[in-house]
Amino acid sequence: MRIEVDVEKALGGFALKMAFASESPVTALFGRSGCGKSSVLNLVAGLLRPDRGRIAIGDRVLFDSSSGIDLPPAQRRVGYVFQDGLLLPHLSVRQNLLYGRFFTPQAERWADIDQIVALLDLAPLLERRPHRLSGGEKQRVAIGRALLASPRLLLMDEPLASLDAGRRGEILYYIERLRDEVRLPILYVSHEIEEVVRLAEQMVLLSDGAVAAAGTMQDLMGRIELRRLIGRYEGGAVIEAKVAAQDLKSGLATLAFAGGELLLPDVDALVGEMLRVRIRARDVSLALERPKDISVINCLKGRVAEVGAEPGTSVDIRVDVAGTAILSRITRHSAERLALAEGKEVWALVKAVSLDRHSVGYA
Amino acid sequence: MQGLFSALTPAEIEAIRLSLKVSAVSVVASLPLGFALSWLLARFQFPGKALLDSFIHLPLVLPPVVIGYVLLVLFGRRGPLGMWLEETFGLVFAFRWTGAALACALMGLPLMVRAIRQSLESIDRRLESAAATLGAGRWMVLATVTVPLCLPGIFTGMLLSFARSLGEFGATITFVSNIPGETQTLPLALYNFTQVPGADLQALRLCILSVILAFAALLASEFLVRRANRTIYGDAH
Repeated sequence: MRIEVDVEKALGGFALKMAFASESPVTALFGRSGCGKSSVLNLVAGLLRPDRGRIAIGDRVLFDSSSGIDLPPAQRRVGYVFQDGLLLPHLSVRQNLLYGRFFTPQAERWADIDQIVALLDLAPLLERRPHRLSGGEKQRVAIGRALLASPRLLLMDEPLASLDAGRRGEILYYIERLRDEVRLPILYVSHEIEEVVRLAEQMVLLSDGAVAAAGTMQDLMGRIELRRLIGRYEGGAVIEAKVAAQDLKSGLATLAFAGGELLLPDVDALVGEMLRVRIRARDVSLALERPKDISVINCLKGRVAEVGAEPGTSVDIRVDVAGTAILSRITRHSAERLALAEGKEVWALVKAVSLDRHSVGYA
Repeated sequence: MQGLFSALTPAEIEAIRLSLKVSAVSVVASLPLGFALSWLLARFQFPGKALLDSFIHLPLVLPPVVIGYVLLVLFGRRGPLGMWLEETFGLVFAFRWTGAALACALMGLPLMVRAIRQSLESIDRRLESAAATLGAGRWMVLATVTVPLCLPGIFTGMLLSFARSLGEFGATITFVSNIPGETQTLPLALYNFTQVPGADLQALRLCILSVILAFAALLASEFLVRRANRTIYGDAH
């Protein structure tokens, strides 16, 4: 299903003007706080009205200023999971779950109650009231409620933001299940690159109310000039790899990707499964020769493809490893000492332990 | 000989019955209007809003006699509204218990509107947005989200209006006079006894009855508000 958004809206303080389209199961809208991410969701849901533009899901037009189409929120059939759940406090969990379903025409109800309840493990919560739920439980109910209205598109506005670290992993897991088991396009807003890398194939990078870049996760994460927007600390190349082997003795998994192999500890996946791995640029060292007698297991041979142009004491280097981009952030001092320049052959060194479970997700 | 605590006389029972009837009808009949006005004031910006707000509050600041007189002029059998209502619907307010209820409703309206409006303004409007994204149209959102979440305010507003009605005197006596069995509510009956020499005991009995009624109304409403709050927000409230 193709999602098209092309909108202009003057919001107090800044103007939002952006256009993007996606056919991917999960499209992430990523950007810093205040860049207009949540406003985009409100425009799609019909809670905000664009000054001009067009919003469509597949062949269904939700808004088109040129032909005067503006469906009210209730008729858009767009599920919305809010940051803080927004469960109706006077209804039980069961009633909350069935609320949207009640308004869905019989013929358009694709969501199966038993399936959704099982998917999100909601059975023990059904008779409770929202004030008796923990933050994570609330969010699961909110997701279930949105799904049971049988929407054509699911909007998620930082659904993990109000949760503590432990609950985040739990909800992330449920969202992954939902992505893989329910065929429903998702627009996912976040300012945490970790979530976005785990969930989305397509990313729309937003900055100051406009689209700074849009494309596949791998492509955008491998571009040096976008590092500023993604975040220096967490940014780094994303590669897709297949689990080739699991060594129970050492606890290391071998991940095969186009440019070679990576050995990672504690990978919770079966042989043959596809994973998406984010390798933070600051965890990658560069060497001109393959080092001997070194603890680093992952040594990938490649060529320098680009040296970052931004001034400062450190510099970003893009290394092409047989077609796969790996980013490395090193001091300018080192870059000059090694005389790194485009085309030079280098070894990218990745410490296995720097890739924890937060860096790995199912593709 | 009648004592302070002997059984209620038929006249007293009649006054209580009438008081309760007038108050109940005035509250129930004015609730839809009260809610609509509260909703209008809480949710919309429109020209003349401040004027409407002040107008609703007039009964709170004007002497009740003024309200009673205005009602008499407008809704009397010769009044423009009174004549029209009688011809069109056969509805007569002048010197009837219905007139007492109308006067009470008007006097209680500002209290009712204040309570409901405050409650409406405290509702997280994003809950209404959430309901809308789930497919509930505007009126469905009102019926299934706004009204239930506003129930504590509605109960409080009804109580305030009911209590005001039980005690209403000036507007009622001016508009519909003091007719036993028709418009003579508890306060009016009490007033009557205070005007008769040697009726102190009867007056005191009605006085005690008024206190009991007021107490009962307060307790009932407190119970309802608590229950509504507990249903919505849990035991913490």
